[in-house]
Amino acid sequence: MQRFINDPDLVVEDTVKGFVKAHSDIVRLAENPRVVVAKDAPFAGKVGVVTGGGSGHEPAFIGYTGKNMLDAVAVGELFSSPTAKSFHDAIRAADGGKGVVVLYGNYAGDNMNVKMATKLAAKDGIEIATVVANDDVCSAPLAEREKRRGVAGEIFMWKMGGAKAATGASLEEVRATAQKAIDNCRSIGVGLGPCTLPAVGHPNFQIEPGTMEVGIGHHGEPGVRVEKLKTAEEVAKDMVKIVLDDHNLPEGTEVAVLVSGLGATPLNELYILNDTIESEISARGLKIRKTWIGNYFTSLEMVGATLTVMALDDDLKTLLDVETRCTMIL
Amino acid sequence: MSESAARALARMFGRMAEAIEAEKDHLSELDGAIGDGDHGITMSLGFKAVNKALAALDLDTASPSEVMQTAATGFLDAVGASTGPLYATGLRRAAQALAGRKELDLAACRDMLAAFSEGIRDRGKAQRGDKTMLDVWLPAAEAAATAVADGRSKQDFWKAVTIAADNGAAATATMVATKGRAARVRERSLGHLDPGAASAAALVRAMAETL
Repeated sequence: MQRFINDPDLVVEDTVKGFVKAHSDIVRLAENPRVVVAKDAPFAGKVGVVTGGGSGHEPAFIGYTGKNMLDAVAVGELFSSPTAKSFHDAIRAADGGKGVVVLYGNYAGDNMNVKMATKLAAKDGIEIATVVANDDVCSAPLAEREKRRGVAGEIFMWKMGGAKAATGASLEEVRATAQKAIDNCRSIGVGLGPCTLPAVGHPNFQIEPGTMEVGIGHHGEPGVRVEKLKTAEEVAKDMVKIVLDDHNLPEGTEVAVLVSGLGATPLNELYILNDTIESEISARGLKIRKTWIGNYFTSLEMVGATLTVMALDDDLKTLLDVETRCTMIL
Repeated sequence: MSESAARALARMFGRMAEAIEAEKDHLSELDGAIGDGDHGITMSLGFKAVNKALAALDLDTASPSEVMQTAATGFLDAVGASTGPLYATGLRRAAQALAGRKELDLAACRDMLAAFSEGIRDRGKAQRGDKTMLDVWLPAAEAAATAVADGRSKQDFWKAVTIAADNGAAATATMVATKGRAARVRERSLGHLDPGAASAAALVRAMAETL
């Protein structure tokens, strides 16, 4: 695989530099170069909204920094949790005096680093709340939801939490909204081809030609089964079935849908998937309020796609319509 | 004993960085099989940062505990992932265990290993048999305690500790991961060495070579 890089060890640093140059109207860099901050943050009297995660998922996580979304983002190495220091610095950068909520994904490293960072922030006198995303259906059974990974549903969690914070809501209200958003999300990934960390130089896992991995994780964590590659229609039906069987939503529920490429799948294939996804969701008696399609949460150059479905109530519908100003259209 | 305990510890961290550097690609490969393939890079980054932090410390005046504390902070500020908090917590606890000590006798080494492995266990909430670095650190610490209780020589002490560590690392191949990212592949982790255990064994060997 040929790449546009300078030095495999500087991929993250160079990515962030280019990102901040491109979007200086929306974001800035904190003193810690591994923390991206919304241009005018912190906002006095507003709950700060923070996330962080490994790099290689662009536009996540930095691309969601901005008005009515995330106030600060801690940036980790490729596929590796940010340091406790970076999470701590992000919390400080987002603190407008009304507390900070940290909305992050359920990974061992992120859990520990956020925990250490929130202890440090508490010493600074900042009130902290956390919500851990666990929307990836195939990563653990429903009965053990606390073990599930966080994937693209995190975007909805940030969007809802960020929009709620923008209303001037309290820390507890923002936390509860973000928690509800992620509770209402279910995601599934299907992988068709692996990805490679530039500094490692070869793929971490293999997907044999002619096969696909159903339930694959955002770092190539193996899915629940490997099977023969099927048509887009069959794959989409399978994705919707896995997500909605787990979701068990009453007929008539309105939902938001996110179909994201994993990095190397062309946009047209996502539309092909969505043709069936949309029909299948409607056939189950659910009403799609809004759909997002694109490379919203990637895994380097992995070939594949994820589907996320979020159930909406009146509160979430209102928040869904709040305009954001980040690099991605939400 | 011409070398101070602080200098010996600094030399140990230097040797650890070399050992990790030599194993870097191998560790990433092990991690690629059941994790995300970054373990070698992460460990390399961490121990380089430790040595950078120690280079700024005056080893003529620093206590062994201060060396450990400096190493902990250096590691934590450089490394995220799971490894950052786990090793930083282990090093912090080791710093507490060495507080007030001037010599690195076998009792001090035993207490250091015990505090180190307990710190990792408390932070990660893992136990023996979970297919993690603890499958190296806990048996190594136990072997150290037994060796001191049995009045073993320095050479035999480190031999016992190293054997326990190597056996612990090898045993992870027969375990199913229940903690950390490898837990997500569950049964598919069977047959693979745990990368965190492999790097821990390399660190124990570096300790044995320098202390």
